[in-house]
Amino acid sequence: MKKDNKHKHLKPRDPKKTLIRLFGYFKYNMPLFLIGMLSIILSTVASIAVNGLLSPIIDAFVDKAELAVVIKYLVITVVLVIALSIFQYLGNLSMARLAQRTVHRIRQDMFSHMEKLSISYFDTHSHGELMSTYTNDVDMLNQSLEQSLSQVIVSIITVIGTFIMMIVLSPTLTLVVIGMLVIMMSSVSFVGKRSAKNFRRQQGALADMNGYIEEMMSGQKVVKVFNYEDRAIKDFSERNEELRQASTQASTFGVMLMPIMGNLSYVLYALVSMGGALLVLKNRMTIGNIAAFLQYTRTISRPITEVSNQLNTLFASLAGAERIFAILDETPEIDQGDVGLVTKDDNKFWQVPQENGSHELVPLRGDIVFSNVEFGYVPGQRVLKGISLFAKPGQKIAFVGSTGAGKTTITNLINRFYEINAGEILYDGIDIKSIKKFDLRSTLSIVLQDVHLFEGTIADNIRYGRLDASDEEVVEAAKLANAHYFIKNLPYGYKTVLDVDGQNLSQGERQLLSIARAAVADPTILILDEATSSVDTRTEKLISEGMDKLMKGRTTLVIAHRLSTVRDADAIMVLEDGVIIERGDHEELMKQKGRYYDLNMGTIKLD
Amino acid sequence: MKKLLPLMKKYIAFAIASPILMILEVLADIIIPYLMSRIVDIGIANRDIDYIVKIGLIMIGAAMLGILFGVLSSFAGAKAGYGFASEIRQETFKKVQTFSFANLDKFTVSSLITRLTNDCNTIGQTTMMSLRMAVRAPFMMIFALLMAFRINPSLVSVFLVSIPVLLVVLTTVMYKARPLFLEMQGRVDKVNGITQENLTGMYVVKSFNRQKHEEERFRERNDRLRDTALKAISIVIVLFPIMNLIVYGTIIAVLWFGGHQVQAGTMGGGELISFITYITQIMMALMMMSFFFMQLLRGSASVSRISEIFETESEIKEVSTPVKIVPNGNISFQDVSFVYPSSTEETLKNINLDIKSGETIGIVGSTGASKSTLVQLIPRLYDVTKGNVLVGGIDVKDYNLKDLRDQVAFVLQKNTLFSGTLRENMQWGNEAATDEEIIKALKQAQAWEFVSTYKDGLDHRVEQGGDNFSGGQKQRLSIARALLKSPKVIILDDSTSAVDMTTDAKIRRSFKEDLSDLTVIIIAQRIASIEDSDKIIVLHEGQVESFGNHETLMRESPIYKEIYESQQKGVLME
Repeated sequence: MKKDNKHKHLKPRDPKKTLIRLFGYFKYNMPLFLIGMLSIILSTVASIAVNGLLSPIIDAFVDKAELAVVIKYLVITVVLVIALSIFQYLGNLSMARLAQRTVHRIRQDMFSHMEKLSISYFDTHSHGELMSTYTNDVDMLNQSLEQSLSQVIVSIITVIGTFIMMIVLSPTLTLVVIGMLVIMMSSVSFVGKRSAKNFRRQQGALADMNGYIEEMMSGQKVVKVFNYEDRAIKDFSERNEELRQASTQASTFGVMLMPIMGNLSYVLYALVSMGGALLVLKNRMTIGNIAAFLQYTRTISRPITEVSNQLNTLFASLAGAERIFAILDETPEIDQGDVGLVTKDDNKFWQVPQENGSHELVPLRGDIVFSNVEFGYVPGQRVLKGISLFAKPGQKIAFVGSTGAGKTTITNLINRFYEINAGEILYDGIDIKSIKKFDLRSTLSIVLQDVHLFEGTIADNIRYGRLDASDEEVVEAAKLANAHYFIKNLPYGYKTVLDVDGQNLSQGERQLLSIARAAVADPTILILDEATSSVDTRTEKLISEGMDKLMKGRTTLVIAHRLSTVRDADAIMVLEDGVIIERGDHEELMKQKGRYYDLNMGTIKLD
Repeated sequence: MKKLLPLMKKYIAFAIASPILMILEVLADIIIPYLMSRIVDIGIANRDIDYIVKIGLIMIGAAMLGILFGVLSSFAGAKAGYGFASEIRQETFKKVQTFSFANLDKFTVSSLITRLTNDCNTIGQTTMMSLRMAVRAPFMMIFALLMAFRINPSLVSVFLVSIPVLLVVLTTVMYKARPLFLEMQGRVDKVNGITQENLTGMYVVKSFNRQKHEEERFRERNDRLRDTALKAISIVIVLFPIMNLIVYGTIIAVLWFGGHQVQAGTMGGGELISFITYITQIMMALMMMSFFFMQLLRGSASVSRISEIFETESEIKEVSTPVKIVPNGNISFQDVSFVYPSSTEETLKNINLDIKSGETIGIVGSTGASKSTLVQLIPRLYDVTKGNVLVGGIDVKDYNLKDLRDQVAFVLQKNTLFSGTLRENMQWGNEAATDEEIIKALKQAQAWEFVSTYKDGLDHRVEQGGDNFSGGQKQRLSIARALLKSPKVIILDDSTSAVDMTTDAKIRRSFKEDLSDLTVIIIAQRIASIEDSDKIIVLHEGQVESFGNHETLMRESPIYKEIYESQQKGVLME
């Protein structure tokens, strides 16, 4: 079901499109972007000018010119240096702000979008992959925007500006520079290509290794129990060796570029010194010209090295940006409902629009009808095959059947986590497709087997059911759920802060909390996925009592694992393979001597 | 670090070669500006074209040597750095494999993962950087200073002002920025935390209509992250303009003082130019050193986290001449008491039990009654604090651990399958298991009924953690995997909780019929799963409350009776 894309793409498929979309985000901070660009351009130009001033200054000294001339040039230099620093500060600050705000916005967009995606999206995409896009890819993008963006601009301007100055100083030497730059560029692309290839191999090996480590560490106790240590070490060694080789090669090529480019620029330095000296002898250049030109040869090669050094990271973060945009492009959950919930005189009604523009008010009662419902998570694989059933307001319907029979699926359709393929589901006589999802779900509560709690206090977690619940209401709900007693005994009571996902509570306590959470929501329809394991009998008793109290006066759908809890249901549906094979109350089903009877007998005695 | 350094041994030649080659490269870089000054001051002054060309060629030669040394140095550095990292990773992983359950409890899973991944990578990168930067920067600075001094000692005094100023600026910025970066990391964790929380809890978020609420919670954290990041970056950003001011300030000062000397004829124009090049080199070296220290701080945290693993020893030791064969499935507990390493309270108190080979034993009791703890002592996952545990009449401490655990199969409460094929997963139990043997075990564990429906049969893919199977299917596969060991004893620690009751009963029946010599110990919440056992242990607060068969316990154990009745309520036969 889950996509196996462990080896992430490190190469963007369409860099141009991604870049344009990324730059699109700058429109929210246009002034910042413009100020930043302008400042960076100004500071770069100033730094080129400062280097150029070396020429007249040194010449003035060499030619033993008047001190006033020297001082004039020096003053200009000082002014330029100060301007350069100020603009550099402004430029970097604006660009950093721009980057932070952009990433902040992207992060917010991604999160908001996540909240809007349908449940089936999360079923079909591995959480690990999504998490990695939400964290690592965003982080990479952040770094690239922060560092590389201004660097690229600086580099471009530096190269252009320096070229102009060089031509002014000496066209002949500029030709030497161009020749050398061609050599430098081709070594960059030669090394770069190998580096990129090895970088990808390294990332692949790293992902593989991290995946393996994650899996083995999570199962380390199983490893111990099965004496699997030696085999694990052997598997690990193979991956480790591959990673070592890949990393060594990737990094050799990556790091190699620095000395190559650095020293090639010294070759250029040598050529310029030599050529410059010869030109001075021919009186076509001055010593000051050489000084400035030498300074330029240093500044022109640095941006090339730096940009080429970051190329791999840049591409990787662009590929990450593509994954980010891919998530943002996922179609959100559809909601074309026009029936809303309104409150009148403390009673709730469905407001159904009529063709003539008026509204009909239908009281909210909790009446559910399934007629011929067909559904499959994956096209072609039907999980529910023509399910028809009804629940009158206040009734308790229990679903019984083995794992995979479709019990959970039925309840997931009522709150429209998934769209049915055929048939219809009516809520108080209204097709649920025409009810606004928000209003539909606000009348339903689920108590799941696998309790998910949020970071925060116990009270926060109960209040999750209804945000405006008062402290008294929270305590009231906890009492109803039989959770009050254990909460009271915690060191900070309702203010006790839960760890991530409430790991500091026992399974049973977590379930009590989730009942309290549903109680505070005061739903019309309640869906219970009964807990099965890891709860001791006393807690179990508390839980089932809590659930009983919660069910009073509400339409309840129970996914039952224990026959003791289905006995008093108004109707029991025995599901098998997506079909209801038996239905009726306990007495009726026991008389039928069918599957339900067998199940019941099996609990008492084997054979 | 002391513990880690010996791991460098294998790559020591590269670790030494890299910095030496680096120094040679630096020498080439340093000599070039000096040679240039010769061209200007001697070549041009004497109008000596041959000299100019000769020196020029020497410069090119030096640069070429620089390339050679530089490339070799990066190769050696990478080899040593990543070799070191891989040795560390290997040793860490090996060490973790020796960890006992108690050790594993102490380090959590997620902390072990980050140690093996992030920390090892950071150490590798830091090593590589250290080998290169830690050598390059100081040597660059020293050589450049020496050359500058050689060219003109009086001008070097300019550095007496600029270097301290730069150092003060660098340390101030680092000092101010560091806590902010740490804070930022914390904020990143918060943002990631809520993302993770929502990813896993999307059902709850959606069913309570809390999307807007979650977005607000996220916005709050996201805003804080942005603000902290901006604060941190704003400080670091100051560095570059100030650097520029200092570098250019130094250049201007050198131009001013040096210029006068050029005018006076005591210094050559070329010398002045090369002096300026050295200024840039010195300042760059200082910058590099400060970044290196930043990296080192990160690395040192990782080193101490890895060292922690190396310093942990498993408390479970083997005797020098261990017993290899478990003769039968008899188990006895003699006055056993147990205290968890992290606790002072006795989890188990004076346990005395005798279990015969081939018996099926059920264990019930409320949470916290230490049922899991009791059975974990049998394959010696933990060592008793007092008393003895005997398997086959021999103290578990006298066995070879591997053999004991091979013959006492344990199906954990939290069981995991591993990515690969079903066959590979089953072979965890027995590396040499044939397909027939695997199918037989799957049948006994009642897993064959769903495995046989797969088109690819035993080649069926298992996703990480076995996520593509339902809870009940995973439990049955785990039992089959344990059966493949052909054990003398099998322990099921609440291992059929997600299996429906009919299947659960079938599994027990197949144990009885096919594996009559096997001692079966079952921990269960459902009385139905254990009531037909030969004997049932009722554990209460770490002590055996009673031990007997269902009928006896119904008469003698009030706890058992209470549990039984609470579960039977309402489903008694008509």
